[in-house]
Order: sequence, then structure tokens, then C-alpha cells
Amino acid sequence: MVKNFFASRWGIIGVGAFIGIAAALLQKLGNPGNMGICVACFERDIAGALGFHRAGVVQYIRPEIIGFVAGSLIAALSFKEFRPRCGSAPVVRFILGIIAMIGALVFLGCPWRAALRLAGGDGNAVIGLLGLAAGIGIGVQFLKNGYTLGRTQDSPRAAGFMLPLFMLGLLVLMLIYPGGEAQAKSGVLFYSLKGPGAMHAPLLVSLGVALVIGFLAQRSRFCTMGALRDLILFRQVHLLSGFISLVVFAFLANLLLGQFHPGFAGQPVAHTMHLWNFAGMVVAGLAFALAGGCPGRQLFLAGEGDGDAAVFVFGMITGAAIAHNFGLASSPKGVGPHGIAAVIVGLAICLIIGFTMRKKA
Amino acid sequence: MSTTIDARGLSCPQPVLMTMDEIKKRTENEIIVVVDSEASKENVSRAAASQGCGVRKITQDGDEYRITIVRD
Repeated sequence: MVKNFFASRWGIIGVGAFIGIAAALLQKLGNPGNMGICVACFERDIAGALGFHRAGVVQYIRPEIIGFVAGSLIAALSFKEFRPRCGSAPVVRFILGIIAMIGALVFLGCPWRAALRLAGGDGNAVIGLLGLAAGIGIGVQFLKNGYTLGRTQDSPRAAGFMLPLFMLGLLVLMLIYPGGEAQAKSGVLFYSLKGPGAMHAPLLVSLGVALVIGFLAQRSRFCTMGALRDLILFRQVHLLSGFISLVVFAFLANLLLGQFHPGFAGQPVAHTMHLWNFAGMVVAGLAFALAGGCPGRQLFLAGEGDGDAAVFVFGMITGAAIAHNFGLASSPKGVGPHGIAAVIVGLAICLIIGFTMRKKA
Repeated sequence: MSTTIDARGLSCPQPVLMTMDEIKKRTENEIIVVVDSEASKENVSRAAASQGCGVRKITQDGDEYRITIVRD
């Protein structure tokens, strides 16, 4: 039996360290503040680039997302772990993806960015992470009481390639219709001329770094939601050690790069409405827990052929469109006009899913 | 005596939850857990070790793993 080093304690700490340092460097090379990597934000930017929502400041086909899926696919194929499968309540996962994205956009970041915001000195991230833990804690209660989305089934090989091919399609579109100076639309793609969507590291750097992260994360099963879930559910700190490593190394890299600015007000792409930072992440954390993985993990699972994870990803992209079209997403000024209603509705739907999706007695 | 848990097609953390529940019941000395992913195999093995149980052997049949857990 070949031992998988990356699944060991030191392996996952190493992977967390790599992601933390890579995120700080990606920010240095052009990605938005405390957003070297944010799975939710970057999927939202992709939704904008495709015109699914028309928030002009967040439109860009983020190569990081493409690289995450491709890197995981390469790892899975190399280690014979590519296993096309689907059929575990996909429509519920789609809805959970929508809600997870809406919750994340009320806070302004997924668990990855919550960690990176903390590592950049944004105090609001502490409140977001507490919300995340609370949401996952609720999810754990459902898990303990028999919550399940049911079994997957093996599916034809081609099914496992759907999300990887979609990502390849995005990359091809980006090469056919590259962004340029003072050009908000290139062919079918939208690009931001200002705001976070206009801030990005060079395409090949983003793609290359993300490929490595995707590869390492597939091997190590890195998951930011699982980190807290396993701690609460099993008192296991395996995944948590990777998550903490990410924060610590991103913090050290930020210090070295002059990107550490402690405080609450005026943080990049963040607001200071504590209650809604907390509540947004409660909803996102619960949705991730019910779906079995953080947004990054869903991309890595999709890369190894998990069609249900791919459906969750499409749910998140759809959720981004809904969040911006309906004024649910926050901005640095605070929550959107309907953000509070969205948090309440999202929480209610998650609770209904939690109570109703269970093993038949 | 042994008991078998079929955790095929279930995603994390359910195979681990089922294994832990069975370990806590303390009715059988040997528990066989059948999973169908490498990640579940690692997770179940890690969970067994954390409960003071040993993984006696793991046999592979195609995509499936049969993990034999025994109390130390």
C-alpha cells in the first residue's frame, strides 16, 4: 500500500502553508486585498464575466477556479482516484450551493477568504469565522441526528468530466476574448474596469499556482469546513491543522510583503456590520456543512469526478447571480438592500433541508 | 463475531460517523467497514486509531475497500 504523504499530519500542514503563502503572493501580484484566493468571490466574478449578473466591479474569469478543478483532475487521474459518480440528492446540493454563496456574499468571503482576511489583519474576519463555526455547529447537530443526502452511484466516465470541461471552456473563451485596456466587453465576456474585478495577477501565474493547489488539495483532502466540522463532531484536529497552517503562513507572508494592516474599519472589500458578518457566515457554514465540503473542497471533488459536487459549484455560480441581481450581496458600505431578508430565508431553507433529509427509519 | 458496515457511496463524514457509532456500541470485537473512496478509507482508518482501535487489514476489490477494525 503506497502511503499518501499528503494525507498525513505534516502533509496537510504543508499544503495549508503552501496555500497561505501562495494567496499572499497572488495578492502581491495583483489580486484584490485579502483576496489572494476566495473561492466564493472568484466564482462570483466568473458569473459576472459571463453576464449572469451585471455588477460592473466584479467581472473576471478567475483562472484560479479553473486551475483548482484541473489540478485536482490531474492528481485524481495520476493516482487512479478519478471516479465519476453522482446521484446524491443533486437538486438539494444545487439549492445549498445557491444559499452558501448568498451567505458568503453577505459576509464578503468564503471560509478561505475569512482565513485570509484574518491573516491580513481584518478583525471582522474573527466575527465571520465565529459565524462559520456556529453554522457548522448547527450542521453537526443534523449529522448526529441522521441527516444524509443519500448514496452516490457510479456513473459513466464522461459524467466526471463535465465540470472540468466547463472550466476548459471558460479558459478557451478567455483566450479568444482577452480583456484589454479600457474595454468592458470583449466578445461574449465582461471585464471590470475598476474595483476588485479589475485586480488580478497575471493569467498564467494564477493558473499555474492554482493547478498546484488543486493537485495538493486533492491529495490532502484539504477542506476548511471539514476542519471545523471534524473538530466539533469528532474532536479531530487533522483538517484543522491544515486550516490553521494556512492562516499562520498567510499571516507571516503578509508581514514580509507589507500586507498586514490590523483593524476593523476600512479593510479591503469588507464591511463592519458585525451581526450580518456573523449571520451571513452562519448561513454559509450551515450550507457547506450540509453539502459536505467548503467551496474549495467542492471544486476538488468535482475534479475527481464527483458530479454532485459539480452541481453544488453550479449552484454557487447561480447564487452569485441571484445575490447581485436581487441586491443581496454586501458592499464595503454594508449589507445590500435585501441582504438581511436573504439571510433569514437562506437559514430557514437550510433548517428545513436539515430536518427533512434523513435516513428512512 | 464481526459486523459489517456498508458505507459505499456515502460521503464524508458519514462513513466515519457510522464507524464511530459501531465502535461506541461495543457489541462486536471486529468491525468491517466497506467504503468506495480513498479519502473515506483514510478517514475511517484515522477515526479508528483515534478511538484506540487497530486497523488489522485493508483489502481492495476494484474501487472498494474492506477495512477490518479490531479493538486493541
